[in-house]
Amino acid sequence: MSFLKEFTQARIAIGATGTSIPTAQSLDFKLAHAHARDAVYSVMDAELLADELMQFNLPVVHLHSQATSREQYLQRPDLGRLLNELSINRLADQVENNGIVLILADGLSATAINQNAVELLRLLIPKLLAAKVKLAPLCLVEQGRVAIADCIGAELGASLSVILIGERPGLSAADSMGAYLTYQPKPGLTDDSRNCISNIRPEGLPVAVAADKLFYLIQEALSRKISGVALKDNEGLLSHK
Amino acid sequence: MYQHTILGKVYRFDSLRELLAKASPHRTGDVLAGLSAGSYEERVAAQITLADVLLTDFLNEAVIPYEEDEVTRLIIDNHDAVAFKLVSHLTVGGLRDWLLLDETNTLVLKSIENALTPEMAAAASKIMRNQDLIAVAKKCEVVTKFRNTIGLKGHFATRLQPNHPTDDPRGIAASLLEGLLYGSGDACIGINPATDSPAAVLKIIMLIDQLREQFEIPTQSCVLSHITTTLELVNKGAPIDLCFQSIAGTQKANASFGISLSLLEEAYEATLSLNRGTVGNNVMYFETGQGSCLSANAHYGVDQQTCEARAYAVAKKFKPLLVNSVVGFIGPEYLYDGKQITRAALEDHFCGKLLGLPMGVDICYTNHAEADQDDMDNLLTLLGVAGCNFIMGIPGSDDIMLNYQSTSFHDALYLRKVLGLKPAPEFEAWLLRQGIMDEHGNPAKGGPEALLNKTNSLWLK
Repeated sequence: MSFLKEFTQARIAIGATGTSIPTAQSLDFKLAHAHARDAVYSVMDAELLADELMQFNLPVVHLHSQATSREQYLQRPDLGRLLNELSINRLADQVENNGIVLILADGLSATAINQNAVELLRLLIPKLLAAKVKLAPLCLVEQGRVAIADCIGAELGASLSVILIGERPGLSAADSMGAYLTYQPKPGLTDDSRNCISNIRPEGLPVAVAADKLFYLIQEALSRKISGVALKDNEGLLSHK
Repeated sequence: MYQHTILGKVYRFDSLRELLAKASPHRTGDVLAGLSAGSYEERVAAQITLADVLLTDFLNEAVIPYEEDEVTRLIIDNHDAVAFKLVSHLTVGGLRDWLLLDETNTLVLKSIENALTPEMAAAASKIMRNQDLIAVAKKCEVVTKFRNTIGLKGHFATRLQPNHPTDDPRGIAASLLEGLLYGSGDACIGINPATDSPAAVLKIIMLIDQLREQFEIPTQSCVLSHITTTLELVNKGAPIDLCFQSIAGTQKANASFGISLSLLEEAYEATLSLNRGTVGNNVMYFETGQGSCLSANAHYGVDQQTCEARAYAVAKKFKPLLVNSVVGFIGPEYLYDGKQITRAALEDHFCGKLLGLPMGVDICYTNHAEADQDDMDNLLTLLGVAGCNFIMGIPGSDDIMLNYQSTSFHDALYLRKVLGLKPAPEFEAWLLRQGIMDEHGNPAKGGPEALLNKTNSLWLK
């Protein structure tokens, strides 16, 4: 049956001992699950990330959601969408500039952010600056969900938010990063107000391609003053680029 | 108003809805919704109170108003008052005891399928232990038919689920073929498409249909697209065996899925009219799962398990071949860990069977849930003992399209072996005929070579 293996990444042709899965295959599965579990409990390396973000000459703000632990984060997604009080105060201290805010959040895999986020910004930010797009302070969020970008964007008076966030780890990838873009972010928006680029990682959608797509979407959102389903209509254009 | 006093402390529950929610075994979804009991004591107080509520009370107090919700109307309007006479004198606690009596056998249970409302079934489950849920479900027998017969005692089926992240026909075919060679696929060959466009879905349907015809496999195919997509294809005369849809327990949640009872009716009638079944004509495949109403912000303050049981009333109206509770897919904010997933699965299986539904369970978890293969092995074994109609069959447990872990082809063989269960009779005969399995259910030695050779001429090249 092994000739079938070339057609799919599915776990076929793994053999059997009796009717059970053989040892090597069983442990291989366990290892993939272990990587996924470790990624869920991985911690955002905020200090290292802040150091690396210095290259962009933008203020960096450290933020935290209302979820106080990973256990609570997993059980209460509502708390992961809200900023804690200290974070709101930190944002209040920033000058509103109507720019776009770039946010890094751990989500369900801090590993994804630790490994992919800075590289993406290194490609994206020069494009934005060259296009004379104004940038708000960079934000690092711990225990954050996608919609926390709405609170951050509203606090900063940002015209648009982009949140880079760790996606739910699968068995095949534990380092997959998503990017969600929202025009005029404010609390209460739903997912149909956003555009998403998914599966950003070296073996998935390469960072360079993601940066191009994101830059295109940002320009489109700013010029057409929309994001979400309405902007999605032009996705065909993206794939032809 | 319901109340109970424990050691001088009075617990009050303003409505049946609140009482049901507070009596629910702990799960994160009810906490997230703010419906859960505040302490262990309050939960048991609610359970003690619930045990004394008369079943007739459920007919007088709807958890979601009749005027506001078509699922409530369906439940009330389809209630069989004559059959109910057998149990109408009982309380919830009395119902539990009665269900566990030896005299309450398969035939007696069959006679009350339409007498109990989903809320009564849910209420009873809340004061039952896992053992009780298994013992009663085991006595139920719900048999459905299309090209084979599913749900007979002593038999146990699988949905072969050969998903592929880009719907690549060769990728799907490879997993499909492997599954057949492991004896998987009697419940159906069911594919979750990566895209919902009618053209893409049709391509997959044609692929399975061609394979099924070529090898004369006594099973049914299904592509799990939105019901409107399936309906469009049915109306164009596509070879649709089963019509799939996800359903929930409130009108508002169903609306969020883009469906209503009338749309389901339309699709049901259309699929039925194709008349493609050979041994029977159960043409619907429904999926459900605790937490979907809360997720759609459409739960009306009803706990997630009661909402789930209400979805079974929706399923029942359309005489489905398969109902599948996709229990662990929704994530830890609804069912946190192996314990909660296991409990929910046993509740769903029990409630569904009691209400006369052909229940299967997608024994599954996501990577952010506190669960692993050991939890799934436990649940698989428990559900096998409970007489679950079918489970999923996925290469190595790893669904590379939906990114979650379910049961493998091997898992189904394990269960058949340790519990002495057989595939659907027509499918078993086919497996023997093809030389895929021997009469003991073991893979036949060197058997399927002929089948494999023939596939080379199909779609793999």
